[in-house]
Amino acid sequence: MVEPAQGGAWPRYRDDEVAEQPSVTLDAFLDQSNAGAVRLEPDDDARRLIPHLGRLSLIEIAFPKYRDGRGYSSARILREAGYIGELRAQGDVLVDQIAFMRRCGFDSFAPEGSLNPEAVERALAVYPHAYQGAADGAQAIWKLRHG
Amino acid sequence: MYKYDNYDQAMVDARVAEFRDQVKRRLAGEMTEDQFKPLRLMNGLYLQLHAYMLRVAIPYGTLDSRQMRMLAHIARKYDRDYGHFTTRQNIQYNWIKLEECGDLLEELASVEMHAIQTSGNCIRNISSDQYAGAAADEVTDPRPWAELLRQWSTFHPEFSYLPRKFKIAVIASPEDRAAMRLHDIGLELVKKDGELGARVFVGGGMGRTPMIAPEINSFVKADDLLSYIEACLRVYNRYGRRDNIYKARIKILVHEIGADAYRAQVEEEFAHVKALGIDPPLAELERIAVFFDLPEPIQSEVRHSREGGDPSPDHSIDAIVQEIDSRLRGGDDWGAFETWVKQNVKPHKAPGYAIVNISLKPIGGIPGDASSSQMEVMADLAEKYGFDELRVTHAQNIVLPHVAKRDLYTVWQALSEAGLANANLDLISDIIACPGLDYCSLANARSIPVAQKISKRFGNLDRQRDLGELKLKISGCINACGHHHAGHIGILGVDRKGVENYQLTFGGSGAQDVSIGKIIGPGFDEDGVVDAVEKATEVYTRLREGEERFIDTYRRVGLEPFKEAIYG
Ligand code: HEM
Ligand code: SF4
Repeated sequence: MVEPAQGGAWPRYRDDEVAEQPSVTLDAFLDQSNAGAVRLEPDDDARRLIPHLGRLSLIEIAFPKYRDGRGYSSARILREAGYIGELRAQGDVLVDQIAFMRRCGFDSFAPEGSLNPEAVERALAVYPHAYQGAADGAQAIWKLRHG
Repeated sequence: MYKYDNYDQAMVDARVAEFRDQVKRRLAGEMTEDQFKPLRLMNGLYLQLHAYMLRVAIPYGTLDSRQMRMLAHIARKYDRDYGHFTTRQNIQYNWIKLEECGDLLEELASVEMHAIQTSGNCIRNISSDQYAGAAADEVTDPRPWAELLRQWSTFHPEFSYLPRKFKIAVIASPEDRAAMRLHDIGLELVKKDGELGARVFVGGGMGRTPMIAPEINSFVKADDLLSYIEACLRVYNRYGRRDNIYKARIKILVHEIGADAYRAQVEEEFAHVKALGIDPPLAELERIAVFFDLPEPIQSEVRHSREGGDPSPDHSIDAIVQEIDSRLRGGDDWGAFETWVKQNVKPHKAPGYAIVNISLKPIGGIPGDASSSQMEVMADLAEKYGFDELRVTHAQNIVLPHVAKRDLYTVWQALSEAGLANANLDLISDIIACPGLDYCSLANARSIPVAQKISKRFGNLDRQRDLGELKLKISGCINACGHHHAGHIGILGVDRKGVENYQLTFGGSGAQDVSIGKIIGPGFDEDGVVDAVEKATEVYTRLREGEERFIDTYRRVGLEPFKEAIYG
């Protein structure tokens, strides 16, 4: 993992270049556009992006309040639909949410406050396994049990 | 009983280590209370009126003697020598010190217990039928399914910041002993063409807008279940209301868009989720189910009675009484023992066994409270006479599910000595009550003293038994932790211009005849509500016909005669 910078996104778990374009709203994107980056608010329907995933390199999902968990479903829906570009959680993102967000397919973060790198690493290392399949490719415990 | 393997243990241990670290940072001032709050809530730790309260999960209400002893030990070492069994089959401790939480959770983890997801807007402890495995009317033991759901819902990455908390109940009998349709999701396991599956009900709940869950699917196959529930949750997570905490439960979503529209959305999501491969193979359910196999002596008896050509063994309580050693009949205590058997003992699926209910509702006591030494007595009895199993019921009582009939008398004697032989199961003094204003920071009124007064007013057991089954439930505010909506008689504490006031509701039920009680009229003060309850029981005894229970009479004659007597 690399230290801050990177277009304001940190931590970021990708090797490719950070998208240069600013992201546009979902409506703006669907209206026009040749934009390669879009930003989803919690009440935007992520499924509307599915026909266009191929030309997107960044999808930013907004978390105005950490308690509002709609973005977790948006993220999984996009990954399940085959999106492989950058998926960024932006806003009220705290260290205690990072592990779940990673499991839902987020691979970059733009928190409003700053995160302590050591705390992030610790948070990601807490759980040795996962009980259920999600978007991160981790093998669910039942799979480990049944080979 | 389910036993953790290395994976399960590693997950719980990881949680303890994480929380210990969080507490340390909080105590060192590296975190504010505001930052700490969501973290402690994920570990069942609430800040209440006087102290921290810790809620420990008892998955589907099942535990063994070692675990019960640990609960006793924790009450003794970290609390004031008692614990409070809750309506969600959990236990709460009311006087916990933050500094000691890490040690406490570590001790719990040593007996495969935890406080994970006992609070917060996530999927809570899965509840179930307290007679699971022992009930004659079940199609299968529901607990392996509940355990499958427990594992799937534990640290679920997508559903840990839901609009609101989420409660699931699983039953497998036509008789509903778990208030299944008053949960966010209720599952009733059924057999169709020889195959087991689940009827799925979504959108029940209590609180300020009580609702009975409508059926969303009449049969979901075992190996589709997790995908289906995941679809149910995803629709809720995306579209459940987040603008108003009082409208955030799934019941409001299902009600606002309608069961048909909700079902259609779930079906669509399910078609998609099913392709992800998140359902474990049936082998996983089978692996879990083995842990819940009946103890061998009971199994062979069940087999024997099936093969033995006795097509309908007499499962009645009278039959149990008949079978009890006749030498006991002459004794001074026979009457008390016989009453207890008739009231608190239920038929078991194996002829030589019975289900023992231990009422935590002594006359004038605090419903659901048990002292450390009482917990130890129950643990000892379970170990000696009950194949090492105990259950917690949603009515805040304890069950020994597998007791040989020949041991009933010995068990009863030991319970009597410990003040645990209250023969009032399902009677008017078997009250469900929330902690209310004595502990809870949200309360409008006290619940415990009202419960105590009613229990004393009806202290005479013959009078109670004459009134028969009468479920009385008390909540100290509209959150309805005390299930008052589901009480044959419900009592709700409200605040009227700064004075504690109690509203009465009649006609609720959390059983298979599920219904929501209705407010009967203006409220009462504490003594007034006790008087009103008494008047209602008098109307009942005057008007009842045949074997009618209070609620049957109420349903037949309606509110008027009761109103007249109470307000007249
Ligand atoms: C000493 C304090 C408290 C006690 C002993 C208590 C007890 C309970 C119990 C036993 C239940 C059912 C079990 C469960 O949800 O796991 C419950 C439900 C509930 N609790 Fe509490 N509670 C307390 C404080 C609180 C607090 C702090 C809140 C909110 C922040 C709260 C809000 C509710 C609500 C809304 C329900 C409704 C249940 C439903 O609709 O499903 N309670 N409470
Ligand atoms: S019903 Fe109200 S008073 Fe009673 S425990 Fe729940 S929140 Fe507290």
